[in-house]
Amino acid sequence: MKDNEKVISVKNLTKKFGSFTAVDHISFDVGKGEIFGFLGANGAGKTTAMRMLCGLSLPSSGEGRVAGYDIIRQPEEIKRHIGYMSQKFSLYENLRVNENIRLFSIIYGMSDSSMKEASEKLYKDLRMEDMSKTLVKDLPVGWKQKLAFAVATIHRPEIVFLDEPTGGVDPLTRRRFWELIYKASSEGMTIFVTTHYLDEAEYCNRVSIMVDGRISALDSPEALKERFQVSSMDDVFRIVAKDALRVD
Amino acid sequence: MKLRILKALLRKEVSLMRRNPLIPKMIIGMPLMVMLVLPLVAVLDIKNVNVAVVDNDRSVLSRQIIADIGASEVLKVSAMCNTHTESISIVEEGNADVILTIPPDYSRNIISGIVPVDVEANGVNASKAMLGARYVSESIGLTLRQWLKGQGINTVEYDMSVINIYNPTLNYRNYMIPALMVVLLIIICGFVPALNLVNEKETGTIEAMNVTPVSRMCFVLSKLIPFWIVGIFVVTVGMLIGWVVYGLFPVGNILAIYLATVLFSLVMSGLGVTIANSSSTMLQSIFVMFAFIMIFQLMSGLFTPIRSMPEWAQAITLAIPPRYFIEIMRSLYLKGTPIAELWEQYSALTIFAISFSLIAAVTYRKQS
Repeated sequence: MKDNEKVISVKNLTKKFGSFTAVDHISFDVGKGEIFGFLGANGAGKTTAMRMLCGLSLPSSGEGRVAGYDIIRQPEEIKRHIGYMSQKFSLYENLRVNENIRLFSIIYGMSDSSMKEASEKLYKDLRMEDMSKTLVKDLPVGWKQKLAFAVATIHRPEIVFLDEPTGGVDPLTRRRFWELIYKASSEGMTIFVTTHYLDEAEYCNRVSIMVDGRISALDSPEALKERFQVSSMDDVFRIVAKDALRVD
Repeated sequence: MKLRILKALLRKEVSLMRRNPLIPKMIIGMPLMVMLVLPLVAVLDIKNVNVAVVDNDRSVLSRQIIADIGASEVLKVSAMCNTHTESISIVEEGNADVILTIPPDYSRNIISGIVPVDVEANGVNASKAMLGARYVSESIGLTLRQWLKGQGINTVEYDMSVINIYNPTLNYRNYMIPALMVVLLIIICGFVPALNLVNEKETGTIEAMNVTPVSRMCFVLSKLIPFWIVGIFVVTVGMLIGWVVYGLFPVGNILAIYLATVLFSLVMSGLGVTIANSSSTMLQSIFVMFAFIMIFQLMSGLFTPIRSMPEWAQAITLAIPPRYFIEIMRSLYLKGTPIAELWEQYSALTIFAISFSLIAAVTYRKQS
């Protein structure tokens, strides 16, 4: 990958909490427009790694650049160019749908006209035209997740980070959610997504598998299946993660 | 641009506060409850001092002394005893606070020179004992002077009269009403912002904010500014109740009261946000806040005058922000002091308000 194609570039990124090393010297690059899957068991360090990339957590050592900015020195610059959807639903439940959209659009510095345009597109894409005045807490889980994704990408960021975006929803809703991800990707956004669902890994251009804070495998799903001589990502994961020490 | 973000954040805070099931009720209900009930029950005025009298003289003078004590507004003769032992047992039963013993032949001896009467007070309730003993000796002094005058002995040199200015009836209620508003502000403007911010941590919405480019100052200001309005509202409710229910209206400038209120709201909400910044759960923040509130209430001159504290404690009170607010409120309410004479208190509050807001912004971390 050429340097000018990389939107995320990380070298020896490490995060320690006391004597516990949550993320242990990971290095990888993500290219522009890629859908990059970040796999791993619970506690493997996925979320911690992602939080460092988003400027929410300061690395203990190592270096990295996201969207052209240094993750240690320019976290606030990075935040202008990324979107982030956390594992826990984090829109304001007691605000209406349109109030949430308005709040985040203004924070990202969007003008009134581009905000209007973006929210109309959002309602149309999500088929939520008649829900703009609904309190977010009254939406069903699947809708909430779609809305959270739409709000995280309202300002057309270069990269969007999704932390287990499809946790706890049915297969059909998951399927629809991935359609949204593909749509964003086709519009030029880079997608960085963590997941437990190995069928979702098949949808990614490349995946990395984290085991005990390290990256144990990184390639396209096809190449990984070929390397381990198996037919599904599920089997790849079983082989790579079988020696994991940090299991629940 | 920054202003637009701050406005959007403020709008969010107001909507969330309005839709919260508890906070609007607390902001309206607490001032009502505190202002309607506490001035009636938090009474420190000593009004019913019971006196047990051991009259060994049984003269016209001694009977006059006893009659005058009985006629006093604050004193009551609860028992006439034959012996001192008997009077002690009455105190132990709780039926008398002060024992007055008049020695034998008192009225005969007093003409030739000063003869002491014994006034003993039950020191278990120290302030009642002190005031009760003073009331009794004042009453005796008055009776004696009149009696000696009748005997042709002039005692004009002993005469004195005490008039309480500013709170002419020495009504403890008038002293407490402005202070209770301070208590309300301490609790509402301290707890609500702390709980509000910790709630964002617990629900995870703070993470959604931290991953945006919103500036720390902007975010923290959006947590502090709503409490200017809340503070003004609370004080207005307090003043209205003080006026309608207790007939006490501030003598001084109301705008000066509001100015101090805004400054103090900023101090308390800054403290609340600072505490929330270093707490990860509601319980943690409530516990720390309680510690501060207790010190604030006991050390700020709210219940006990600062001037009667030991010197080292008086020095500590200089660092207690509500001290200045209470001084301002009492001066404006009871004395009508012009704002220019309170410049020291206003500057102290301003310094506290700015530094607490800054500390709140600096201790707020977008990155862990």
